[in-house]
Amino acid sequence: MGFEKFLFYVLSLITVWSSVMVITRKNPVHSVLFLVLAFVASAALWVLLEAEFLGIVLILVYVGAVMVLFLFVVMMLDVDIATLRAGFIGYLPLGLLIAAVMAVEIFLIVGPANFGLAAFPSPEPAGVDASNTRDLGLLLYTVYVYPVEIAAVILLVAIVAAIRLTLRRRPDNKYVDPARQVRVRKGPDRVRLVSMATEDLAPAPAGATIADKGESQ
Amino acid sequence: MIELWNALPLVIQILFKIAAIVLPLLGLVAYYTYAERKVIGYMQVRIGPNRVGWRGLLQPIADALKLMMKEIIIPTKADKTLFLLAPMLTIAPALAAWAVFPFDEGLVLADINAGLLYILALSSLGVYGIIIAGWASNSRYALLGAMRSAAQMVAYEIAMGFALVGVLVAAGSLNLGAIVAAQEGHLLTWFWLPLLPLFGVYLISGVAETNRAPFDVAEGESEIVAGFHVEYSGMAFAVFFLAEYANMVLIAALSALLFMGGWLSPLPQSWVEGNWLLNDGFHWLLLKTFFFMFLFLWLRATFPRYRYDQIMRLGWKVFIPITIVWILVVALAVVYRLPPWWSA
Repeated sequence: MGFEKFLFYVLSLITVWSSVMVITRKNPVHSVLFLVLAFVASAALWVLLEAEFLGIVLILVYVGAVMVLFLFVVMMLDVDIATLRAGFIGYLPLGLLIAAVMAVEIFLIVGPANFGLAAFPSPEPAGVDASNTRDLGLLLYTVYVYPVEIAAVILLVAIVAAIRLTLRRRPDNKYVDPARQVRVRKGPDRVRLVSMATEDLAPAPAGATIADKGESQ
Repeated sequence: MIELWNALPLVIQILFKIAAIVLPLLGLVAYYTYAERKVIGYMQVRIGPNRVGWRGLLQPIADALKLMMKEIIIPTKADKTLFLLAPMLTIAPALAAWAVFPFDEGLVLADINAGLLYILALSSLGVYGIIIAGWASNSRYALLGAMRSAAQMVAYEIAMGFALVGVLVAAGSLNLGAIVAAQEGHLLTWFWLPLLPLFGVYLISGVAETNRAPFDVAEGESEIVAGFHVEYSGMAFAVFFLAEYANMVLIAALSALLFMGGWLSPLPQSWVEGNWLLNDGFHWLLLKTFFFMFLFLWLRATFPRYRYDQIMRLGWKVFIPITIVWILVVALAVVYRLPPWWSA
């Protein structure tokens, strides 16, 4: 238990520290990278809770895909920090008030009264052979099958909507369809053989060159 | 010896095991660069490196020494911390992924249940090193290379992940050892045959994931000089180089493990009883891995570079639909117990 507790505190410290860094860094790219660190540390916390499937999926989905796109966008945008921070001092008192109210609310709900050790005694550790993935899958596709399906449909609608929003054809866009390009066949599409009568070069007038002929055509 | 080994603390034992995996791997990576120059040399009717040592065999060591002697130049307006962090972020996942890789039956550092997921998660982290390197260099070419690489890796990761979903549906497990055990039999019961489209998609996506020719637009010498690592020199560059080759070895070894039966012998068990050379063993895994590693070099010597929009089209519009359809086919085959793979 001793080592596990030590790991828990180390990982929690990293999570909290990197979360604070996310909102205090001047450079947005640094903020995003600290957010990535916070995700990795919380994934490690989940693995510590024997929820290894969720931990690895957090890394795979959030760190490996979502945050990469975040980073992508933040690097492309020229974020002007000065204008973003302009009203910081003015809004500070109100912000602090709201933060304090929220902290009290969170404490009242997840504080020791409701979520203390008495209400939630630490569960028995699962056996070495227990497969987190299998258990989760069995639950999701039997007991919670309707919520899963509904969530899937909502995600599908979101995907379709996102694609629809990005599909706009500008008339001045010189876009070529790569699918049509790779479908080009060597014989009929690239080379066109034209049958024509042979040209008689002999009676050409003196002084006329082939280059002249080419121009006149 | 065994008693001495057992007397060591667990941490020391694990450290020794890690060294036993990483050191041969780094040696393999060093000589893979030599093999690449030799193989491509012969394919282009040249001799390749032949000056340092017998037939140039010491060339990788000379190259490593040269790179270590060189100065690491940090661009003036670069983000210094991130600039130096990027190469490490690239190589760490490439090496850490080997932790769950089984080399023979039961011969694995960490035999975890979600091994395949772990490898997927770690290989999805490799892109960070490249993006950060491109951004921290404060150079246009580097940023362009990083952007290309990020878009490409995110696109092909999906196809690759779906190909692996097919494998885990077929094997019914995420544990890499169990996936090999599910292919037990002979050459024709390995997963490459029932999962042939997924196998093809996995191999090609693997080449795209590692940013190798013909998908190496992230480096794109002819357009953006050297892409994301244009500002790197000396050891910092060498680490990127090592990571790229370590990733290639990993993809090759995973292809051997997931689709070609890993350490299983291609002959039926009853034919090879008692013959250590033909029977299952680590040497078969090594042979298959070397074949796929050779394939990487062969592809590079054969194909011209893909155009960027066609890379994107191939990933999103060809590979992902193929994998989705084939996952359905595999699922049906497993449910209806298609012989000979799922008859048991």
